[in-house]
Amino acid sequence: MANRDRPQTEAPGEPFMNVHGAPPSGVVRHEHPTVDAALARAWLRQMLLIREFELRCMQAYQDKKIGGFCHVYIGQEAVAVGCVAAVEATDPIVTAYRDHGHALARGMEARHCMAEMFGRAGGCAKGKGGSMHMFDRAHNLFGGHGIVGAQVPLGVGLAFGTKYLDEVVNGGRSSRVTLAFLGDGALNQGSVHEAMNLAGLFDLPIVFVCENNGYSMGTAIARGTTMGHNISAKAAAYGYEGLVIDGMDVLTVYAEMKAIVERVRSTCRPVFVDMRTYRYKGHSMSDPRKYRTREEEEQYEMDDPIGAIKGHLEARGMTEEEFKALQRDVRTEVRGAMEWSESSPAPPVADLYRDVYIERWGTYTGSSQPEMLGGAENAPQFQAFDPKADLL
Amino acid sequence: MTAVAAREIEFRDALREAMSEEMRRDTRVMLLGEEVAQYNGAYKVSRGMLDEFGPRRVIDTPISESGFAGMAIGAAMLGLRPIVEFMSWSFSLVAADQILNNAPKMLYMSGGQFGCPIVFRGNDGAGGQLGSTHSWSVEGLYSNVPGLTMAIPSNPYDAKGLMKTAIRCDDPVFFLESERLLGMKGEVPEEEYLIPFGQARVARRGDDCTIVAFGRPVHLALEAAEALAKEGVSCEVLDMRTIRPLDAGSIVSSVRRTGACVVVDQSWSFGSPGSEVASLVHRECFDDLDNHVHRVHSADVPTPYAHALEQEYLPNPRRICEAVRSCLYRA
Repeated sequence: MANRDRPQTEAPGEPFMNVHGAPPSGVVRHEHPTVDAALARAWLRQMLLIREFELRCMQAYQDKKIGGFCHVYIGQEAVAVGCVAAVEATDPIVTAYRDHGHALARGMEARHCMAEMFGRAGGCAKGKGGSMHMFDRAHNLFGGHGIVGAQVPLGVGLAFGTKYLDEVVNGGRSSRVTLAFLGDGALNQGSVHEAMNLAGLFDLPIVFVCENNGYSMGTAIARGTTMGHNISAKAAAYGYEGLVIDGMDVLTVYAEMKAIVERVRSTCRPVFVDMRTYRYKGHSMSDPRKYRTREEEEQYEMDDPIGAIKGHLEARGMTEEEFKALQRDVRTEVRGAMEWSESSPAPPVADLYRDVYIERWGTYTGSSQPEMLGGAENAPQFQAFDPKADLL
Repeated sequence: MTAVAAREIEFRDALREAMSEEMRRDTRVMLLGEEVAQYNGAYKVSRGMLDEFGPRRVIDTPISESGFAGMAIGAAMLGLRPIVEFMSWSFSLVAADQILNNAPKMLYMSGGQFGCPIVFRGNDGAGGQLGSTHSWSVEGLYSNVPGLTMAIPSNPYDAKGLMKTAIRCDDPVFFLESERLLGMKGEVPEEEYLIPFGQARVARRGDDCTIVAFGRPVHLALEAAEALAKEGVSCEVLDMRTIRPLDAGSIVSSVRRTGACVVVDQSWSFGSPGSEVASLVHRECFDDLDNHVHRVHSADVPTPYAHALEQEYLPNPRRICEAVRSCLYRA
């Protein structure tokens, strides 16, 4: 490990003043990671997949195949891929609205992710969520959430829930760790601070991964956040560790997060991570990025997370041809996802009233046409209760 | 109810019995909120529960509504069945994003993958001279949102039966209690019972006018009906018990018989359960009505502090009597 001020083009001794401010001395990048080459190659593939997926999303958005808001993850791929690799499949994850990368890294098939954005029945949420609401129960992804910071109390609840299920319901030891992702813009939301307080108070096994890309939409972090140059200091106020990680290098993200996650698993004490990263594109599709300079963007693009892992693998013997084969592979996969999504049907209109309630009080058709319940003859029947049912 | 010797307990005790019974039955149920544990509840609803269930399951939270409501929602997504006490529903506004955006929409926006079996409960309604910010009746505001259910008991028996149903419900339940009723005593049998949602109770039989009421105003409607009986007017009083789902069938069949309807709803009139009932009755009973539905709500102003003003602000028997007389062309 070595302290690393980036980019290296700056004059020696003068820290580069980027959007994150002067790099705190704690930003680390692992120079000699010891990770299995096949694993590292799988991460490269995932990162290439996310980038290709997002580029295709942008195109599809321009073509009006995707509606509403769409926030792409280009530039931040190392964060989701490295963090997801550092946890177990049974560890819950919750994130904000820039969520395609987390969904793909967690194992959601690209076609279900794309079909969701196309508003098709084959989408992960049957076309009812959209770009900001990627949910995947099978992969313990508890959403994509749209309101800034609102997913952080949910993440604390997931950590509370796993600990409660493991210890109170099942009588064992707390075994799972929750990852709650948030952006640096969420740091100024009350709900985030309430959640961080509760996590410390209740000793919850959670890692708050603050994907610090330097901008809340168009507002640079220093313009909206006190101590913006050193946000991990905020964790100290809640009585736990705050760390800074170079989020542009997947090997570093993985190595650091792996250690943090295992520590949290055994101590049940939360950790806050200032994950330094950068989004190359705008906040959403309609953002012309007039609040920052092209020079700044180029500085970060020189530090590209895909370039970093590619360079690492090349040093370990990966050929250019092998890299190109990976690129072709993900292109084929994303093209297939697009085609599949195009052919996936629109949700049936009957679905409009489905999944509003689990309990049934007659066919639900909305309050303007309330179901004609009436007296004892239409009393709802409760299903036999199985206390072991549906426990994760 | 059978011939078992009647046992009378307070409304607050009925709520506690329901919660405790369900917590004994299912370890996934837990109670959290401000002052619920060591303080024994700001209104003593949870008295003794910490002693029985311990601090893992009866949990004091800081004054942090958005935080602990959201935490409970996350836990519910995972399969726990939290009961969240808001000391007052007025304070739930601080957590509005969590309880309105996350709890009732989770099932839908996840395409049916994640439900939210959670109960939010606490005091609702004015009457204690608490001033504008502490006197919310949230019926109108929150019942607007699809995906949630809303229960509003008027007596200890219903409080217990509806609370047990609420805790077993797989959907989020907004359970509206009334601080004015917590000390009310009523018959509650020892043996277990549940009251299904969406099933109104006929609180008084009558033939001339149907009074539809929710929660504490049921008692005001009964007082009015008693007074009107002396004038020879026979009122039927429906205690709706739940607002979502709404037992539309019971309202409609009663109004078809009486031909007149007055709705008493302590929330503000604009976009409210009262206006929903009026719309329903006008649509379903148009040919049976001799007059339009009359509505008695809280006055369309912020809640005043002064006792005299607050009493005039709230639905009261006098205003209900006036509405019934007007509806029957007896004014």
